[in-house]
Amino acid sequence: MSELWHSIAKAIHLLVSFDHEVYQTAWRSLWIAATSCVISFFLISLPLGSLIHFNKFPGKTALITLIQTLFSLPTVAVGLIVYVLFSRSGPLGTFGLMFTPKIMIIGQIILVTPVMLGLVISSLSGVDKAVPETATALGASRLQAALVTIREAQFAIMTSLVMGFGRAISEVGVAMMVGGNIRGYTRVLTTAISLETAKGEIEFSLALGFILIFIAVIVNVALLLLARKRGPIRWLWSSS
Amino acid sequence: MALVELVNLGQKFQDKIILKDINLKVERGEAFALIGPTGAGKTTLLRLIDLLDSPVKGQIRFNGVDVTRSGRERLAARRRMAYVQQKPIVFSMNVYENVACGLKWRHEERKAIRKKVEEALELVGMADYRSQDAKTLSGGETQRVAIARALVTAPEMLLLDEPTANLDPVSTSKIERVLAHIIQEKSTTILMATHDMSQGQRIAQMIGVLMEGELVQVGRKSEIFEKPLNLKVAGFVGMQNIIKGVITSNEDGVVSINVSGKQIEAVSDYQVGEEVCVCIRPEDIALSFSKPSGSARNAFEGEIKSIISSGPLASVELDCGFPLVALMTVRSVKEMELGIGKHVYAAFKATAVHIVKT
Repeated sequence: MSELWHSIAKAIHLLVSFDHEVYQTAWRSLWIAATSCVISFFLISLPLGSLIHFNKFPGKTALITLIQTLFSLPTVAVGLIVYVLFSRSGPLGTFGLMFTPKIMIIGQIILVTPVMLGLVISSLSGVDKAVPETATALGASRLQAALVTIREAQFAIMTSLVMGFGRAISEVGVAMMVGGNIRGYTRVLTTAISLETAKGEIEFSLALGFILIFIAVIVNVALLLLARKRGPIRWLWSSS
Repeated sequence: MALVELVNLGQKFQDKIILKDINLKVERGEAFALIGPTGAGKTTLLRLIDLLDSPVKGQIRFNGVDVTRSGRERLAARRRMAYVQQKPIVFSMNVYENVACGLKWRHEERKAIRKKVEEALELVGMADYRSQDAKTLSGGETQRVAIARALVTAPEMLLLDEPTANLDPVSTSKIERVLAHIIQEKSTTILMATHDMSQGQRIAQMIGVLMEGELVQVGRKSEIFEKPLNLKVAGFVGMQNIIKGVITSNEDGVVSINVSGKQIEAVSDYQVGEEVCVCIRPEDIALSFSKPSGSARNAFEGEIKSIISSGPLASVELDCGFPLVALMTVRSVKEMELGIGKHVYAAFKATAVHIVKT
């Protein structure tokens, strides 16, 4: 028990002394997870989810079921697929992205997209059908009616961003397999915790663990507050 | 040219026919009420006219242009109309933003939007609520915001679906005042669906009666309420006295109808021997203790069977050899000291009797 308290105390010391390596690793985790979530949310999940929700096509239910099934996509499986695709002998090996932050972002985009996409679709499905209908009756075009529906679902949609971020920052499989855990370059909080724990550096691992939890809480709270106030979806609405 | 013309319009839901061959013209500047019982197809018809749904058959012409199916023309036509649903919903924004939506979607300038929204809010008496979250409004306030939201776009045609359903009398009266103002001052063409025939009578000049998906009668309001086309319409428009009889004579357009052995006189051109139904509005019947000597050609002695008060009015049910209901004020009932079992004379003019085929 005393060893645990000793570890916690040392972890706190690392935090309050602004240990360069700890904070550098934390910052890398944050921006890789944030970049992958922002790209997935704005470029894939929100537009594609809206397209799926607002259009009728054969196989729509099957597609939504498939997306929901991919919620539990194992991180190591994604890591393996990305590894096979981007390794030197793989079909995308010529890009030379292996063991770089860029490939980690690509892997995390693949990982978080099903979650965010599925939640965007279910958020839009939860909006009263009278919303787009009222907008249409007031003279809105299809796009304008879709935007007002998205705006009505903004809180639920922002939750998808929160969920996606939670999955991205906490995953270790993709980061380890395609990032390679290179110190000062691709090492992120989760891979560092894994490595340091294996080395017996519990204090260092705990300090990183505290930071990981702290970042997750702060980002989630910030995103949810953003959803309640003037969020990115509201900005989309204003510019329509 | 009619602003809106419906030609053989039909609608189905799965295998159920909702609307059958609707033919209707609504002229520019007209206030038209579509009345009918719940489930008659009024909302379906309004949704078709607002181009929210597509009909299975027929045509919708707006200003002479067929807008039934073409996507681009539908949006352009829809932007010249406004539709207030029975249970309007407001968007999760404040009252001002809600009312401004339609103008924003039409890409109007911010300055013009501000001016028009303020005017519309003023018109419906909601100017003090402009910054309030629209989701926190009461039913009546929400309805007024919905009307402002529709009016702000200066529609050529305003479609209203049961605009005061489920509202208290005060809110109903406020909304009716707003509608009366729009009709008088702005000359907006209004098509309103309502199951409240008295509201239709108060607001509209023209009335269409929709029953079981069929537009059974269209005419000026006096025509609909005084001369319903058939028994169903008669029952719906408040002809509480519908009595079966047989024409026994016809002299110069004044017919005599045998009803349970009594003769009722009416102005009609039905032929002797025809089986008919006699329709008399309860408010056209006068009650007195002595036999009336005035112009009423029909006077029958009867016993009061019941007196039912409803607000300031009372329905007095008589047995004159056939049942008869008279409508009078509660004050008159008290002054005449009417009571169950008392004998009175019920009198009504021959012109107050409307005859329809059985």
